Amino acid sequence: MERTEAELIAAVLAGDASSFEPLVQKYSPRVFATARRYARRESEIEDIVQEVWVKAFQKLSSFRGEAPFEHWLMRMAVRTCYDFLRSHQRNRETSFSELTEDEGDWLERFVKDPGGADERADAARQLVNRVLEQLSPPARLVITLLEIEDRSVKEIAKLTGWSVPLVKVRAFRARAEMKKILAKMSKEKYL
Amino acid sequence: MNTTELQRKLIAAAKANPPGDHVPYAFEKRVMAHLKDKRGMDVWAAWASALWRAAVPCVGVPLLLSAWAFFAAGPSNGASNDLSQDLDNTLLAAAVQDQAQVNW
Repeated sequence: MERTEAELIAAVLAGDASSFEPLVQKYSPRVFATARRYARRESEIEDIVQEVWVKAFQKLSSFRGEAPFEHWLMRMAVRTCYDFLRSHQRNRETSFSELTEDEGDWLERFVKDPGGADERADAARQLVNRVLEQLSPPARLVITLLEIEDRSVKEIAKLTGWSVPLVKVRAFRARAEMKKILAKMSKEKYL
Repeated sequence: MNTTELQRKLIAAAKANPPGDHVPYAFEKRVMAHLKDKRGMDVWAAWASALWRAAVPCVGVPLLLSAWAFFAAGPSNGASNDLSQDLDNTLLAAAVQDQAQVNW
C-alpha cells in the first residue's frame, strides 16, 4: 500500500531517510520547472534542484503540516532560485548587439508590424530570456512570478518572504527596469 | 519602437513557452546519495556546532565571575585599593624577608 505524504514525512523525521525518496520523485518535475525559469545551463539547474532537496531534508522538522508540503517546498525552491540569481548577478551584463539572426528578424518584424510578430516563435522566447537575464535579481523574480506565472501579490509575498508593500514596490521598479532594458535594446539595434 | 507593446509581447512569449519539467535519469538516486554523504559529514558539523555552543558559556562564566569579583570586592573586606602596591608587596615579599633576616 502506498504511504501518504504525511506518513513519509513522519518516517523521515523518525530517522528513516529512505522515505524521502518518493517525495523527491514526486515533486522534482515541479522544482525543475521552477529552476528552469531562472537558470539556463542544465548543470546549474540540477545544482539548484539538488540544493532545494538538501534544504528540504535538513529543514523538514520545521514543516508543520498546516499547508500542503508542495507549497512549503515551492517556497524553498523560489528562495533558492533567488539566492542563485543574486550569486550570479555579476554575469548579467550583455550587449544587445549580440542578438542572433532569428532574434533580430523577430524584432524587425515587430517594428514593422507589432501585431504580426508571433510570440510563440522560438526567437521571441530567446529574446525574452535575454531580457530577463539583464534584470536585477529581485526584478527578475517579480516579473517571473507576477507577469509570467500570473501569481498574486499575496502569493508572491508568501513565496519570497517579502512583505506585500515590498512586493508592490519591487514590481513597480521591475517593470520600469524592464522598460529601460527594452529601450536600451532598441537604441543599440536601431542607432 | 513601442516598448510597452514589446514588453507585453515578450511576456506573452514567455507565457507561451513554459519551461520543461523533465527530470534527469535517476535524479532522485543522486539526491539520496548526496543526502547520505551529507549526513556523514553532519557528525562533524554537529560536533563543531556543539563546540561553538560550549564556547558561549566558556566565555560568559569567566566574564560573570570577573564582574562579580570586581563589584563584590570593596574596601570593607580589608583589602588594599592599590593593586600595584599589592603586586609590589607580593613580588618583593621574599626579598623583604631576606633583608629582615640579615638585619636581625
